Amino acid sequence: MRILQKNHIVPSEITSHALYTRRREFLRLSAGIAIAGFLPEAQARLGPGKASVFSTTEAPTSLKNVTSYNNFYEFGTNKEDPAEYAHTLRVKPWTVSIEGLVKKPKTMGMEEILKLAPLEERIYRLRCVEGWSMVIPWLGFPLVSLLKQVEPLGSAKYVEFITAVQPDTMPGIRRGVLDWPYTEGLRLDEALHPLTIMAAGLYGDVLPNQNGAPLRLVVPWKYGFKSGKSIVKIRLTDSQPRTTWMKSAPSEYGFYSNVNPTVDHPRWSQATERRIGEFFKRKTLPFNGYADQVAQLYTGLDLRKYF
Amino acid sequence: MRPHGLKLNGLKLFVFTASLAPLGWYAWGIQTDNLGANPIEAVTRGLGTWALNFLLITLAATPLRHYAGWTWPLIVRRMLGLFAFFYASLHLTTYLWFDQFFDWLAIGKDIFKRPFITVGMTTFLLLIPLAATSNARAIRKLGGRRWQQLHRMVYLCGALAVLHYTWMVKADIRKPLIYWVILTALLSTRMVWQIRKAQCQQFRK
Repeated sequence: MRILQKNHIVPSEITSHALYTRRREFLRLSAGIAIAGFLPEAQARLGPGKASVFSTTEAPTSLKNVTSYNNFYEFGTNKEDPAEYAHTLRVKPWTVSIEGLVKKPKTMGMEEILKLAPLEERIYRLRCVEGWSMVIPWLGFPLVSLLKQVEPLGSAKYVEFITAVQPDTMPGIRRGVLDWPYTEGLRLDEALHPLTIMAAGLYGDVLPNQNGAPLRLVVPWKYGFKSGKSIVKIRLTDSQPRTTWMKSAPSEYGFYSNVNPTVDHPRWSQATERRIGEFFKRKTLPFNGYADQVAQLYTGLDLRKYF
Repeated sequence: MRPHGLKLNGLKLFVFTASLAPLGWYAWGIQTDNLGANPIEAVTRGLGTWALNFLLITLAATPLRHYAGWTWPLIVRRMLGLFAFFYASLHLTTYLWFDQFFDWLAIGKDIFKRPFITVGMTTFLLLIPLAATSNARAIRKLGGRRWQQLHRMVYLCGALAVLHYTWMVKADIRKPLIYWVILTALLSTRMVWQIRKAQCQQFRK
């Protein structure tokens, strides 16, 4: 049985008279609020990106494995640590400053960066120096589009990538396992190579924090640690940057760190790798299978010496 | 006559079952795909960790009697030591099988080129005579004194096992450090006893 209640509230108490008389403005305002309410969801889906000729046709590693097996020492040294702790990372607002030997140093917000170039889906193999590998559908754009913005000077030979330090959100920073901030570097020609991308997403979504949100580097022919996560600063220099892992163990981690089955890590062979999700190991390919595209960058360079 | 026969068997049965729990954990983990993205790595490392754990637990039996007056760890010490060997064997098997797929050339290269593999292999080889002479017949055959001298090698095995673990780790050596602290504590208590014993003997002269 429906119980009829006397409505005590008069309409004028719900909508103020002033606003009531400005009906159009009110409607516009509420429409704006409604859209803003949907915005997080609209942003969560970045893809589908433009398909790329550089993508492999190999089967991608499951999203679960890609997001639960990570090296991100700022959040701990266990593979499960980043997935467990990285949710605290503050990714908004996010800016990336590009400086050093450039004509127009610049600090850009994420929104601005995402407008630089259409996002492409790049399905790349990723080979970790520890002997495992994955296939990851990144969403990103060539790093060159970003570097173009600042106009590198002729004297610039290297690019240094400096990643975020948030001591309050990153338990690993407080422990000092490595020399923070995590720093990596590329030669300028490597940075400008079309395979080198800045990734802002994977599997069509925004990048999960543990994978380096909101913006990370991806250099598919090098060991995974060369691709810095959660990048905040890019510096162009004329001398080779001292990278974090080189400082930690120079005999084990070289500047180039190209995937190379014939150059072992001092503690294990690099000849084979375990693709995550597979039982048998597979042979590691020179330059992680990207030799056709990148081998010419290293003609004349002794890759045993410059490992 | 052993008045506590039943109780002793109960203790042994309990320790035996508990010692199999880690193996059960990994077996169940594989069955249910619960070991993360790299289950083979998880199993290999887990079994190695448990070999080391059992080795240290075995080494703790004597100090526990000395300081806490517990005798029951001595009753199950041999079993615990054999479980250390059991888990070390499984750890080695996972390496030979799932890491190298019995590629003996690669395994040989690994052993000679990489100190942490060399040390791990050495540890295992040194554990074999200890496990083989863990029965009463071997003690009788070797004679108590020689048997004891041989089994002192377990201290070396402990140190080599922790070294093997330390060299495997990339940058974060907190966990290996914990093992070093425990091992040092266990070995230094023995050294203290030795020194005291020597002093007592000197005093008697």
